[in-house]
Amino acid sequence: MTITLVFLGAIMVTVISWLLKQTLNTEPWVSDPAADAVSGTSLDTSNKTMGLTTFLAVATSIFALFISAYTLRMQEPDWRPLAEPALLWFNTAILVLASIAYHWTRNAAVSGNTARLKPGLLISGVLTIMFLGGQLIAWQQLIAGGFYVWTNPANAFFYLLTAVHGVHLLGGLWVWARCTTKVWTGAEADSVRLSIELCTVYWHFLLLVWIVMFGVLLST
Amino acid sequence: MAYVSIADRDHEIEHHDPQTFITKYVWSQDHKVIAIQYGVTAIFVGIVALVLSVLMRLQLGFPDSFALINPENYYQFITMHGMIMVIYLLTALFLGGFGNYLIPLMCGSRDMVFPFMNMLSFWVYLLSVIVLLASFFVPGGATGAGWTLYPPQAISQGTPGIDWGILTMLGSLALFIVAFTMGGLNYVVTVLQARCRGMTLMRMPLSIWGIFIATILGLLAFPALLVSAVMMLFDKLVGTSFFMPAMVSAGEQMGTGGGSPVLFQHLFWFFGHPEVYIVALPAFGIVSDLLATHARKNIFGYRMMVWALLAIGGLSFIVWAHHMYVSGMNPYFGFFFATTTLIIAVPTALKVYNWVLTLWQGNIHLRVPMLFAIGFVFTFTHGGLTGLFLGNVTIDLPLSDTYFVVAHFHMVMGVSPILVVFGAIYHWYPKITGRMFNETLGRWHFWLTFLGTYSIYLPMHYLGFLGVPRRYFAMGNTDFMPESAQTLNAAISVTVIFVALVQLIFLYNMIVSLRNGKKADPNPWGGASLEWQTPDTPPKHGNWGHELPVVHRWAYDYSVPGQEQDFTPQTVSADEVPVGRDHGMEH
Ligand code: HEM
Ligand SMILES: [Cu+2]
Repeated sequence: MTITLVFLGAIMVTVISWLLKQTLNTEPWVSDPAADAVSGTSLDTSNKTMGLTTFLAVATSIFALFISAYTLRMQEPDWRPLAEPALLWFNTAILVLASIAYHWTRNAAVSGNTARLKPGLLISGVLTIMFLGGQLIAWQQLIAGGFYVWTNPANAFFYLLTAVHGVHLLGGLWVWARCTTKVWTGAEADSVRLSIELCTVYWHFLLLVWIVMFGVLLST
Repeated sequence: MAYVSIADRDHEIEHHDPQTFITKYVWSQDHKVIAIQYGVTAIFVGIVALVLSVLMRLQLGFPDSFALINPENYYQFITMHGMIMVIYLLTALFLGGFGNYLIPLMCGSRDMVFPFMNMLSFWVYLLSVIVLLASFFVPGGATGAGWTLYPPQAISQGTPGIDWGILTMLGSLALFIVAFTMGGLNYVVTVLQARCRGMTLMRMPLSIWGIFIATILGLLAFPALLVSAVMMLFDKLVGTSFFMPAMVSAGEQMGTGGGSPVLFQHLFWFFGHPEVYIVALPAFGIVSDLLATHARKNIFGYRMMVWALLAIGGLSFIVWAHHMYVSGMNPYFGFFFATTTLIIAVPTALKVYNWVLTLWQGNIHLRVPMLFAIGFVFTFTHGGLTGLFLGNVTIDLPLSDTYFVVAHFHMVMGVSPILVVFGAIYHWYPKITGRMFNETLGRWHFWLTFLGTYSIYLPMHYLGFLGVPRRYFAMGNTDFMPESAQTLNAAISVTVIFVALVQLIFLYNMIVSLRNGKKADPNPWGGASLEWQTPDTPPKHGNWGHELPVVHRWAYDYSVPGQEQDFTPQTVSADEVPVGRDHGMEH
C-alpha cells in the first residue's frame, strides 16, 4: 500500500494545497469588487483538458493500487518470480515509438500542418496496434511455456497488469479512430488539434505507466 | 489571485433545447432531469433495501416465526441491504442526484460541462442497478457474503450465491464505478471551470464544497473497489489465488493456495473508509446550508468549514485499517491507525461546533427542512462519539462485530445522512417541482422518523455491550445474553416496521403535492444562494434565461445589520442593497 499512498498522497497534496492557496487570505463576507470581476474559470485550460487530467488521476489510482497489491502479494511464500519474455523489450520500444509518433503528429496539428496529420495518425495507430499484438504474442509464449494464469500469483499479476494496461490503450485507440476518421474525411488541423493534443498526453501517460510496470515486473 | 480572467465561456455551451418527450425526459442531457432520474432510481432501490431490513428484523425480533426467512436468505438480505444503502442509494443520491441538481444551479452555470457523458452516467448507473437486482433471480440467488464481500467466504462453499450472485454483484459494482467516474469528472470540472462571473471558490455555498470534495474522494477511492472486484473475479472465474488461501472444503483440498484475505481487506477498506466520507461530506455541506438559511444567520466559521472538509477528505485516506483491528494484521498498524482515526475527529468536531454556533442566537424557523437539519446534528454527534470509542484498539477488540458497531455506523452513516436527504428534499422541493409540500405531514414525518430511528439504534448500543454479535441469523442459547436481550430485539423490530411505514407519509406527501401542492414562491425560504434566483421555477433548460447571473457576495448574507431584508441574494451588488425601509426588493 505504500506505493498507492505515495501516489495518492502526491495527488491529494497537490489538490489540497492548490485549494488551500485559493482559500487562504480571503474574507468572502467582505464586499470585494475585485472578486466580482473574477471569471468562474479557475484554470486557463479547456474543459476537456481538465477532464482528461482528472481522468488521469483516476487511472493513476487504479494502476498504483494494482502495483501495491502486487508488492503485498509478493511477500507470501508461494510466490515464484516469472521470467518475462524477451519480446517485452521489443514491445516497449514499439510503444516508445508510438508515443514519439503521436508527439510528432501533435506538433503538426499545433502548427496547422494538415498534410502531416494523416501519416502521423496512421503511424501512431499502427505502432500502438503492433504493441498490443506484441503483448498478445508474449501471452502466447508464456502459455506455450506452461505459465498459465492460475499456476502462480506472479503469472496472474502479469496477465492482469498487462490486460488492464491494454484496455486503457484500447480506450485511447477508440478516440484515435474517431479522430482519424475525421481527418480522412477532410478535417482541418485546427478542428482536431485538441483531440490530438489530449491523445498525445494520454499516450505519454500510458507509456510512463508501462515503463513503471515493466520495471516492477522485471525487478521481481 | 490565481484566477484567470478570461472571457466568459458561454459559447462552449450549446443551446439546443430538446424538443420531443424522449429527448426531454428520457435521453435527457439536462442536469436537472438527470438529477431527478438519479434521485428517483436511488430512492426506488432504497425502498427495496428498506424492505430487506424489515425482513431481517422480523427474523431477529421473532426468531423462526417466518417460514420464508431461512439463514441463506438472511445473509442475502444483509448483503444486499448494506450494499444498496451505502452505494446505490446514498452515493448515487448525494452525488448523482443532489450533485447534478445543485452544482450548475448553485455555481451559476447552464449545465454540466460534458452533458452527454452526464447522461451516459445515469444510464450506466441504471444498468448497474438492474444487474444488482437481477441477483435475486439468478440461480443460487444473491450473494450472502456481507457488504464487505470478504474472501475466502465470499466465493467458497457454504455462502449463498457463490456462483451467480457474486458475479452479478461484482459486475454491478464495476458498472457503478464506471457510471460514477463519468459523473464525477463532470462534477469536478464543472465546479472548477464553469462557475459564473464573481463566483470565487470561497463564495461557493458549502453544499458545493461538500459535493466537490466528496467527488474527488470518490474518484480516487472507487478504483480500490474496482481493483479488488477485478481480482476477486479472477479468483472466482479463472482460479487464481490473489486472495484465496489454501483451503480444505468438505474434506477436499481446494485448488487455491497462498492467497491473502487480508490483502482484500486492505483494498476494500482503502475504498471503504473514504466511502463513508463520500456520503458524509455532501451531507455536511447541505446541512450547513439548511441551518444557515433557516436560522437566518451566516454559517459560523465558513472558512474553517471549508478547511475542515479538505482536512477530513485528506485524512480519510489514512485511517482505513481501523476496520481491521481484529484482522490479524501487524499489531503496530493498530497504533498508527488509531492515532490517525482520532485526529480525524478534530476537524469533524469543529464542524459540529460550528453548526451549533450557527444556531446560537439565530432567528430559527422550525420549518420541516430545519427540523431534519437539527435532527442530523444530534444523530451525527451521537454516532461520532461512538466512533471515538471504536477508534481505540483496546476498546474496539471486544466491541468489534457486535451490535455496538451496527449502532455506530447506523447513527453516523445511516440515520444522519438520511435525515439530511429528507431535509434537502423538503428544502429544494419547491424549486424542483414548483409546488409546496404539505407542512403538517412533513412535521409528522420528521418527528416519527427521528424519534423512531433513535429508539431503534440507541438500544443497540446496549446489545453490543452485552456482546450480541452482528450478522447472526439466530442467537441460540447462550449464557451471556439475558432473556431481556430478546425482548429488546422484539421491541426494536416492532419500531422498525413502524418507522418503515412512516416513510409512506413522505412518499404520499411528495407525490400528491406534485399535483395538489400550492404553487411555490420562487424563493420560499428567503435563500441567498443562486439556485433561488433563477428566472423560472422550476428552472428551464439552460437555467438562466438569456444572461448568466453575476455574483457579488458569498451565499450567507443573512440578517446583515442595517439592511432592510433579512437576506441579500448573491446576485445583488453592494450599491443595490436596499438600506433602511424605503422600498422592498424585487428580483
Ligand atoms: C469520529 C469519527 C469516526 C470514528 C473515530 C470512527 C471509527 C470507526 C471504527 C473504529 C469502526 C470499526 C468498528 C469495527 O468494525 O470494529 C467503524 C465502523 C464503521 N464506521 Fe465509523 N467512525 C467515525 C465516523 C464515521 C462516519 C462519519 C461514518 C459514515 C458516514 C462511519 C461509518 C462507519 C461504518 C459504515 C462502519 C462499519 C463498517 C462495517 O464493518 O461494515 N464512521 N467506525
Ligand atoms: Cu472507517
